[in-house]
Amino acid sequence: MNKKKSRASDIRVDLLEIARYIEPLSTVLDVGCGDGSLLRYLVDEKQVDGRGIELSSEGVNKSIAKGLSVIQGNAEKDITYYPDQSFDYVILSQTLQAMKHPDQMLEQLLRVGKRAIVSFPNFGHWRVRYELGIRGTMPVNKTLDYPWYSTPNIHFCTIRDFVDLCQKMDVHIEKNMAINAKGYQMPFANLIFANLMATQGMYVLTKKIKI
Amino acid sequence: MALETENDGFAEVVTLGQSKPLLLDSGVALDSFDMAYKSWGKINEDKSNVILVCHALTGDHFVRGINPITKKGGWWENMVGPEKPVDTNRYFVICINVLGSCAGSTGPSSLNPKTGKTYGLDFPVITIGDMVRAQAMLLDHLGIDKIFSVIGGSMGGMQVLQWAADFPDRVVTAIPIAATWRHSAQNIAFHEVGRQAIMADPNWDHGGYFDKGKNPHSGLAVARMAAHITYMSESGLTSRFGRNLQDRDKIAFGFDADFQIESYLRHQGISFVDRFDANSYLYITRAMDYYDLSADHGGVLAGAFQGTKTRFCILSFNSDWLYATEESRHIVRSLNAVGARVSFADIDMDKGHDSFLLDCDDMYNIVSGFLQSEAELMGLIDHE
Repeated sequence: MNKKKSRASDIRVDLLEIARYIEPLSTVLDVGCGDGSLLRYLVDEKQVDGRGIELSSEGVNKSIAKGLSVIQGNAEKDITYYPDQSFDYVILSQTLQAMKHPDQMLEQLLRVGKRAIVSFPNFGHWRVRYELGIRGTMPVNKTLDYPWYSTPNIHFCTIRDFVDLCQKMDVHIEKNMAINAKGYQMPFANLIFANLMATQGMYVLTKKIKI
Repeated sequence: MALETENDGFAEVVTLGQSKPLLLDSGVALDSFDMAYKSWGKINEDKSNVILVCHALTGDHFVRGINPITKKGGWWENMVGPEKPVDTNRYFVICINVLGSCAGSTGPSSLNPKTGKTYGLDFPVITIGDMVRAQAMLLDHLGIDKIFSVIGGSMGGMQVLQWAADFPDRVVTAIPIAATWRHSAQNIAFHEVGRQAIMADPNWDHGGYFDKGKNPHSGLAVARMAAHITYMSESGLTSRFGRNLQDRDKIAFGFDADFQIESYLRHQGISFVDRFDANSYLYITRAMDYYDLSADHGGVLAGAFQGTKTRFCILSFNSDWLYATEESRHIVRSLNAVGARVSFADIDMDKGHDSFLLDCDDMYNIVSGFLQSEAELMGLIDHE
């Protein structure tokens, strides 16, 4: 039942995009790991030593049953208990916008991980701009799946906002990726284009080495 | 001695300590003591499929099958058995009555071989660490080195953590449920109420009741009543009893059990004294009060698990106020701090501390899923 080896076809395309940047045999912390499908895939395909934090009971129960080391908890609180630089990668997929303090979270990701892989819905996407600018309503679509009154997403940003924050926080952007509505990577081209056309931004980040 | 048992198993008693005494934390050496245990399932050739079940304060080794003392079924039949989460078709499951108890292992109600009289208060004060070392001696005696998993709830969970801290190389996986890492002031306070109730009973007679044919039944019953409240949640009590009256339609303006909850607690107290020894209750509650896994590490719990390879699955219940979720979280965070492999779930169940004994699908699924994936990892069972 739950023991079948995870295959690429079993998990969301945008998670596969994240998986591409994970080196085999590395250590990975997935913050907000959901039902553990990305972690399971990484364990099976890349033999990583994977851990997860997840808020929902349903996600945690499924993850543990998959044989993953996942703890139930609040990401922002629990990540502070991990030692410095204890993982090769810390993943925060589609969760940054639900954090109370996204900037502090970013700091924690790079404290705990040597690299952080962060993806988030791009509030600068043209459809969002259309819905807000022309129709005058808060956007609801596949990546932004909730009406305004019940959304867990409290800190939306655009790709440009995110890049600005990284600059302000002295975070080094190792790789920037634009993800389209289907979850596939599209050419990033330049910031203006990506900020308009990408539904998700995906970033590989490291701490800037201070000289 | 046979290590192949049928589902109903058997209880066996082994005398230990004669060649090498058990050195207790108090400094006393226990040079002859009995350990009673029961087992289910078949041990495999390399003895790698052993699961040790640790029982709670008033529990015993009768996990399954008819308990000869109470004549009732075992206390964890829903969790342990063929095709249960702790599957006796797959694993060799053993449960050992704790040192200090009164169901077969040596405790204050046993005969002191030196005097030929019942120990009473001459029994040395013991700790959870002592209980675990005594269990380790029994497993040594049975030729069992590695334990695939140690599992237990409440004081059983405290033993699980002690096992993992003291024998990291022997414990492959550990499943503490509704447990804590040290007794809090509130935990100690409730236990002290119980002990005082026992010691205030004139029949207790400074612990010497046994040889005088007396028994502090009233004191022990009150101790059990007070403790029993801490095992249940307020919402559980309200939904089960509310302010319902017992066998009457109006209050009687007296001190009989007007309310169902009173009648229930009295029943809990009275039925308890038939199966448990008052001095054992004193000794085991004391052992729990002395429990603090961080004590040897300057108050930093993480120190107890430094470098551990054991894989943990920690479970708490969100309605448990005796060993609240936050205590389990502290264990989880301490384990994360030393890079241990740990899973943790706070199970949504409204029955309080005793939830670990009750029917709970989330608990079953997590325990069986965790054991199954770990067993696959160990090559104990095939990938399904």
